[in-house]
Amino acid sequence: MEREKIIEVKDLTKSFGDFTAVKSITFDVYKGEIFGFLGANGAGKTTAMKMLIGISTPTSGSATVGGFNVFTQADLVKRNIGYMSQKFSMYDDLTIKENITFFGGIYGLSRKQIKEKIKQVLVELDLEQVANNLVGSLPLGWKQKLAFSVALLHEPKIVFLDEPTGGVDPITRRQFWELIYAEANKGTTIFVTTHYMDEAEYCNRVSIMVDGTIEALDTPKNLKEQFNVDSMNAVFLKLARNIE
Amino acid sequence: MKRFIGFVRKEFYHIFRDRRSMFILFGMPIAQIMLFGFAITNEINNVNIAILDKSKDAETKVIIGKISASKHFNIENDILNESQIESVFKKGKVKAVLVFEKDFARNLATQKSGTVQVISDATDPNTANTITNYTQAILQLYQKELNKDVQTPYQIQVQSQMYYNPEMKSVFNFVPGVMTVILMLVSAMMTSISITREKELGTMEILLVSPLKPIVVILGKVFPYIFLSLINAVVIVVLSIFIFNMPVEGSLFLLGLESILFIITSLTLGVLISTISETQQTALMISLMGLMLPVIILSGFIFPLSSMPLPLQVISNIIPAKWFIIIVKGIMLKGVGLSMLWKETLIMVGMALFFTIISIKKYKIRLE
Repeated sequence: MEREKIIEVKDLTKSFGDFTAVKSITFDVYKGEIFGFLGANGAGKTTAMKMLIGISTPTSGSATVGGFNVFTQADLVKRNIGYMSQKFSMYDDLTIKENITFFGGIYGLSRKQIKEKIKQVLVELDLEQVANNLVGSLPLGWKQKLAFSVALLHEPKIVFLDEPTGGVDPITRRQFWELIYAEANKGTTIFVTTHYMDEAEYCNRVSIMVDGTIEALDTPKNLKEQFNVDSMNAVFLKLARNIE
Repeated sequence: MKRFIGFVRKEFYHIFRDRRSMFILFGMPIAQIMLFGFAITNEINNVNIAILDKSKDAETKVIIGKISASKHFNIENDILNESQIESVFKKGKVKAVLVFEKDFARNLATQKSGTVQVISDATDPNTANTITNYTQAILQLYQKELNKDVQTPYQIQVQSQMYYNPEMKSVFNFVPGVMTVILMLVSAMMTSISITREKELGTMEILLVSPLKPIVVILGKVFPYIFLSLINAVVIVVLSIFIFNMPVEGSLFLLGLESILFIITSLTLGVLISTISETQQTALMISLMGLMLPVIILSGFIFPLSSMPLPLQVISNIIPAKWFIIIVKGIMLKGVGLSMLWKETLIMVGMALFFTIISIKKYKIRLE
């Protein structure tokens, strides 16, 4: 079965002076899958992700995202991806409607499209009652779901989620993952970084980065078999220990 | 263009919903201009003085009458002997004591000369100096009256005339300065803070990942402040015209254009500050220490540049505010046009370009 590759990365490297944050990583992501990009803090996952979303130029190697080269077509890459970062990233002093209007606007949606999107998002997240409330007044869990919907406003082929569930309770995390599944079922590719190992179990495939290199890449099930353990957490610990 | 408008609208939401920004934008200019206009003044009015009249004759009575009639002085009390002089000063109630010598009128009649001693409290040297000058002026006027019928040979009369500010109103000096400080503050400080705020919140990252061009982000952030600063400039000029009767001899249109130029220069400085600071706090500190202090001290706003040591005078040339103050004074008080101010204008244009280029370069480096 030959699946369509939507992200192709080959020997991608990023150095800052003498320090090499990402050392020649190679991997592919297939269309419609939930790809977990794991690693401890400082393992280089954020740096790698920044190169893929077009805000950091790689030192060497090659990468295409959605068919566009990150070196030469960063603008096209940006147009075709959605992004949500670990810091909650909407404007607290704007209302829900104003936030959606603003972000829809910068992605070039027409006024009519924005109107439809507002209606759709409010219904999906059950936020109609508070549409004109400032985002700052919402609980963190709601904000994060809203941020996810905003990242999808322009219907990107790929969504990059940088530790999207940081700081929320397990129930909200669960609900958040339901949203991710729903979106993946529509055919959107999800590229997600996390350091919650239980979340890794939800992914179709995971890669684990240690010290700037990808040490493992497979489905959670295969990884657990390979390392002969029963949880992703144990896989991760074994990997980290081997490196030391 | 539509994206740009959406961005600017968002900026206005930020500004209008933040009470602190609104205060800095609109409360501060009015408060400052009022403060400088009314409270800070080099003129002296109603200064309390004391009189020690050892002669108590017709002549001294006339002179005392003239002094108390002037709006500058207020005769607080009469003292009876020299030993009291110290104590009235120490009480702090009077700023000067006028001492008429014994037999003042008789000396004036017989020896053609009388002596008045002005003793002033020089803990505040400027006021002491002014008081002495004012009293001398009153006495000289009286002397002239006495000499009216007498032909005095060889007299040099000094006729001084104060051009552009005949009443020596200090507010005429302060208005251009306050305007400069406020435009600088609003433009540079507010933009640098609003850009660093997006960095702190993480929204800057979202904007960079979006298809918006970085230059659109910066222009969108800066544009509302051009507009608001210009409103501020208008408020200041209107206040100074209607409350302080400040003249605008030259072209208001030119004043507006020069203000926009200065605002743009300050804005580019604000952008530059935001590229080197990661937090709002840092941006605020750099704006205050790096911009406000030099603007107040080295622009000629409060302290005359010509009496500063040479190195400081040289440094003052790189401060945009210095040139803007010269321009504002030129247009408002002297009524000169671009033909006289082209040099200053050109310097500001140069500075604006220079800072723009540096901040674009810096911004690109940061993106890497």
